[in-house]
Amino acid sequence: MSQTAIHVENLGKQYRLGQQVGNYRTLRETLSGRFGAKKAPEEQKALLPESIWALEDVSFDVEQGSVLGVVGRNGAGKSTLLKILSRVTEPTKGLVEVYGRVGSLLEVGTGFHPELTGRENIFLNGAILGMKKTEIEAKFDEIVSFAEVETFIDTPVKRYSSGMYLRLAFAVAAHLEPEILVVDEVLAVGDAEFQRKCLGKMSDVAKEGRTVLFVSHNMSAILRLTQETLVIDKGHLLLRAPTVEAVDFYLSRGLTQEGQRLWQPDEIPAQAAPFKPVAVRLLDKQDHVMEAARCSEPFYLEVEYQLHKAIKGLRVGIYILTSQGEFVFTSFDTDDPEKFEEYSQRTAGTYKSRVEIPPYLLNGGRYVVGVNASSYRIKTYFHDEQALAFNMDVTGAPGTQWPENRLGPVRPKLTWQITQTNGGGE
Amino acid sequence: MVSGKQSVEERSVTRTEARKIIIRPTSGWAALNLRDLWVYRELVYFMTWRDLKVRYKQTALGAAWAILQPFLTMVVFSIFFGNLAGVPSDGVPYPIFSYTALIPWTLFSKALQDASRSLVNSSHMITKVYFPRMILPLASVLAGIVDFLIAFVVLLAMMAFYHVVPTANIWTIPLFLILALITATGVSLWLSALNVLYRDINYVLPFLTQFWMYITPIAYPSSMVPEKWRLLYAVNPMTGVVEGFRWALLGSGEAPGMMTLVSTLVAIVLLVSGMFYFKRMERLFADMV
Repeated sequence: MSQTAIHVENLGKQYRLGQQVGNYRTLRETLSGRFGAKKAPEEQKALLPESIWALEDVSFDVEQGSVLGVVGRNGAGKSTLLKILSRVTEPTKGLVEVYGRVGSLLEVGTGFHPELTGRENIFLNGAILGMKKTEIEAKFDEIVSFAEVETFIDTPVKRYSSGMYLRLAFAVAAHLEPEILVVDEVLAVGDAEFQRKCLGKMSDVAKEGRTVLFVSHNMSAILRLTQETLVIDKGHLLLRAPTVEAVDFYLSRGLTQEGQRLWQPDEIPAQAAPFKPVAVRLLDKQDHVMEAARCSEPFYLEVEYQLHKAIKGLRVGIYILTSQGEFVFTSFDTDDPEKFEEYSQRTAGTYKSRVEIPPYLLNGGRYVVGVNASSYRIKTYFHDEQALAFNMDVTGAPGTQWPENRLGPVRPKLTWQITQTNGGGE
Repeated sequence: MVSGKQSVEERSVTRTEARKIIIRPTSGWAALNLRDLWVYRELVYFMTWRDLKVRYKQTALGAAWAILQPFLTMVVFSIFFGNLAGVPSDGVPYPIFSYTALIPWTLFSKALQDASRSLVNSSHMITKVYFPRMILPLASVLAGIVDFLIAFVVLLAMMAFYHVVPTANIWTIPLFLILALITATGVSLWLSALNVLYRDINYVLPFLTQFWMYITPIAYPSSMVPEKWRLLYAVNPMTGVVEGFRWALLGSGEAPGMMTLVSTLVAIVLLVSGMFYFKRMERLFADMV
């Protein structure tokens, strides 16, 4: 008999379009909105805000001590759900009952101030996350050693390397001991070592019998940490199932639109501007969109996008991931130094960046294509780690005389030499 | 907390400590939920401490700013109003007369300046973590107390220099300081909430502060205001504060009376209405900031 930790009933959140990303009003707009009756009808229509439901009719219960995954594409409503659960924003309708203290990790290092030392930031950040001073004092040493910043604890964090900064930020949050922990994508940052440590800490938390809600694009983390997963799409709860089933459903549904993914306006975050993703496609030599590629033949991945303004240093690239969410490789369109020079600035317009994937690279199986558009160290305009999924067909690949599954995500065609070294065997 | 769910009735013992939080849409005027503010009282302390620490680390002159601003204003006032214009100062040396008023005034105007931007400046926190939002403007106001104390020590030094002996009523200074803080918090709550919704506040504020300074008896004594207008004049709570400071320290001006009462009532109205307005707008902050 388990107890309910979170009860969500018909939850809905409506955003006025444009409101979501901090479109504050000016006094003039409000006044003209309020006294706008005299305006011409078409002008008045433009003033009426159009709204979208970021979350609609979502109901579920979470039992105490369970670890629940939440997956969904960008803009599916995951973050909105977590924001409501952690009381950052109010729902428009519905009801949530939460039993116990909620710790939310929607971001690590919230409230960190660069001028303050590591020690000072631990106390500040801890207090922001809802810890008592005595609690922080009791865990101080543990936090410092988890973050491995002992020698720099009295140095302002602006002098920290980004790795140290992240470790410290995560360490504070990880030592928060709420009954319910809500985590959003914090593991997407940091190096592999750090991620491993975070995942370890997360599973410890779960073992202690606390309830965890875990949002991630990292399918292998979801598979490792959670037993059950919610799949959310366009604000609706599509499925709640054991994680293996849910991940499979998520990766195979909606992602493959016959080898092509077109981004809908509501899937593009406002901070992407002036970059606007249009589509990513899997193409054969004749420019035909295809659903599956063959190991033995080259194929093409094409990202189509628009720039509403010129962008300096833009790079558009793809990731290839396995269906378990592990990265196979990353490649950007300006990796080549010559291209990097030539496209140091891209003017406004519509572009297609296309890459040829050579034969004998990927193994058979299912792969996911992620898309990233960014200016290095300046801004990530757009990022979609699950833009498209496709199958690789092993026909013609090396070693297919044995109808077995080969381990590993790559299937290179390698040259072997076999020599007999015992003098001819006589 | 008692749970209404049938399935957990028997075993709710293990969860005696778990608070049940209900999240649902609210609309209109909401309850203030001061208990929540109390639960997070340590955060008020940490945010105030952060504001101070960062300011003193980032500025070259650090604590000197706390003194320079009212002090230089006092110098200018003394030259132009005290000497050249011959504004009366109730028999007290004009520098002391104006500086006594400038200390609580600086506390007030600085609080408005910092607090009105506090929510917008902390937008990254507001969109990521829950805590009572009121803490942000509150911490900005409270951080001003340290500056106030430093400037106050300078006042005592100046009084010694001019051989002005504080009156026996000096013990009432904390009360007038509290009146100044209530006023500052009330106005700050209004301004900070409005600033999230309408960024015009950034442009309104300098004008508002300047205007407010003219209607407060800083450069001139309130005795210049005709008797019959005094109560209306005291509707500005900072009038009550400044008059109180002068009375308690210098023995000039009027003893606390009807004017102080009017100022106090207005200050309380500002605070309570500010809290309710803030609470009403709070639900929009995360989506609009």
